[in-house]
Amino acid sequence: MGRAFNDGTMRFEIAFVILILVPFKIWAAKYYTVANSSSSDIINTLKKVKDYDTIYIKKGHYKEGNIKISRPLTIIGLNYPIIDGELKYELISIASNDVIIKGLKLINSGHSALDDPCAIKVYNASNIVIEHNIFENNFFGIYIQEGHNCLIRNNKLNAEGINEHEIGNGIHAWKSTDLKIVANTIKGHRDGIYFEFVTHSVIWRNIAENNIRYGLHFMFSNDDAYFTNTFRANGAGVAVMYSKKVVMINNKFENNWGAAAYGLLLKDITDSTISGNHFLSNTMGILMEGSNRIEIDKNIFNSNGWALRVQASCMENKFYKNDFLNNTFDIGTNGSVVLNNFDHNYWDKYKGYDLNKDNIGDVPYRPLSLYSVIIEKNNAAMLLFRSLFITLLDRSEKIFPTITPENFIDNYPSMKANI
Amino acid sequence: MKELLILISKDILKNRTIIAFAILLFCITWSVFILEDSNEKALHTLGNLVLMVVPLISILFSTIYIYNSTEFIELLVSQPLKRKSIWMSLFAGINVSMIFALFVSIFLPILFYSPTYLGFLIMLLAIFLSAVFISLGFLSSILFKDKARGIGFSMILWLFFALIFDGLILFFLFQFSDYPIEKPMTVIAALNPIDVSRILLLTEMDNEALMGYTGALFQKQFGSIYGKMIIVCILVLWVFIPYYFSLIKFSNKDI
Repeated sequence: MGRAFNDGTMRFEIAFVILILVPFKIWAAKYYTVANSSSSDIINTLKKVKDYDTIYIKKGHYKEGNIKISRPLTIIGLNYPIIDGELKYELISIASNDVIIKGLKLINSGHSALDDPCAIKVYNASNIVIEHNIFENNFFGIYIQEGHNCLIRNNKLNAEGINEHEIGNGIHAWKSTDLKIVANTIKGHRDGIYFEFVTHSVIWRNIAENNIRYGLHFMFSNDDAYFTNTFRANGAGVAVMYSKKVVMINNKFENNWGAAAYGLLLKDITDSTISGNHFLSNTMGILMEGSNRIEIDKNIFNSNGWALRVQASCMENKFYKNDFLNNTFDIGTNGSVVLNNFDHNYWDKYKGYDLNKDNIGDVPYRPLSLYSVIIEKNNAAMLLFRSLFITLLDRSEKIFPTITPENFIDNYPSMKANI
Repeated sequence: MKELLILISKDILKNRTIIAFAILLFCITWSVFILEDSNEKALHTLGNLVLMVVPLISILFSTIYIYNSTEFIELLVSQPLKRKSIWMSLFAGINVSMIFALFVSIFLPILFYSPTYLGFLIMLLAIFLSAVFISLGFLSSILFKDKARGIGFSMILWLFFALIFDGLILFFLFQFSDYPIEKPMTVIAALNPIDVSRILLLTEMDNEALMGYTGALFQKQFGSIYGKMIIVCILVLWVFIPYYFSLIKFSNKDI
């Protein structure tokens, strides 16, 4: 043996073997299974575990107060064990990187507007995976506070909020980067998904419906994208505010119907893209305020009260190749200056003709009706909505525009729907 | 009186104008239901149509009918009949035949395609509006001996209620826009039978959300059951007041 150790090559081999075995130390992490026997099964197990262990939780009803995870762990529920907060506690607090939580049913978190209890809250951690969980009757569902590179996937969040101040958001992210929020269903929370100071993140294939305030709420969150989501029947629709470079593609905004509701609110948004979305039956399809350099193309606006309300504070936006169908008003605005471009759209109210058959109408179209200008000046004129007098006024204005802004015009209206 | 009513109704139902009107309206209603992609949208269109066409046809038809049957009325007056029952039979007869025409032309398609609450509301409003404007037609035909003047007056009445009234409302809204004029204006608008029917339809068609403050006001004033009762009362008054004045005039008239 001694000889062998003196041998230089042998020593190298041993070092090599150890080097190979080091990663196996991680893989050889222990598995623990928790069954529902006493009042603190999970918490006791958490005291025993080492980094990168896995805990399986069997089916059962666990009432253990706050569960704090402070080392890298994988927690997997078998057949959706119920973790119950008894309306008092925050259920799971994650304060470590590399935590995976999967297959749990989290119910009854505390309800308090003072410390915002959540079902799962992430405190300053990276690489968290939260997937295939069911959330019911929680104040906040998932709260990511300074999280990075987190994946939130396939969760179902359900709450029965009635007032805005009595319920939290479904998925709430604050000051985070690189989040991936995929295929979640969120119902009955305040905001379905809330982003504040969140950058470089993706929201994909989620469904947010019947939330009290917004389906999706963006504040100061730059360089994000959301696509193929459905936002249905939320209190006020979707709000994207004070952000730059937001990409919104292929979403559905449906049935956001109410006195102050809209499909999509853009407030102080710049350099963004809104493409291929479907706006169906909203009081307002898109409401824009102070938003510049946005490309809005290939969207369908169907059966909305107002398809677009573009305030005079918006500049250099391009609306092209959109389809406007069955809307009561295609466009509303509050000023006479128009610094946006509306070409190549399809307007179902367009009555022009196309002699050379290039699918572009030969007569320009003015989408702003006289009546929408009148309403903007004097809201009480809504009294005459759908009256014969108003219809005649609108017709004559379309032929000889006098009051509506001269340059509010689509010079190349499509004869056929673009999409 | 019963015999007289049946006689008049039969006479009117054989009238070519009313048959043509029924057929025309029938074609329009049917094609509206076929062309629009949803039945609810078709009802919207139909509602607008009812608000415009039914008053016009009712007032013109009733005015012209009274003028054309002057000799018949003179004959009736010479019989031992009360003038009140003659006039009432005429009024009821025209109403019955008008309702019959509306039934064939509008109600059947509605019952077939969309027997909803909104559909029934449109039917009800069609009946009320036709009664209101028949009653106005009676008044204008009794006010003027000359047929041309009477018909002209009827047309002006229709024009007033369908168009000019709304124009005046818009004018006042802008003239007095510095004052809280919305509430009094909704009340004034409710005095016009066509506008009040339109408002009733709007409150039922889920449009209030679109209409902001005014919509909320509508909903508050007319959305409740009391509001709807007020609207029905206004329409009933519009049927009876012009008819009542025409009756007084007819009873005292030297024919």
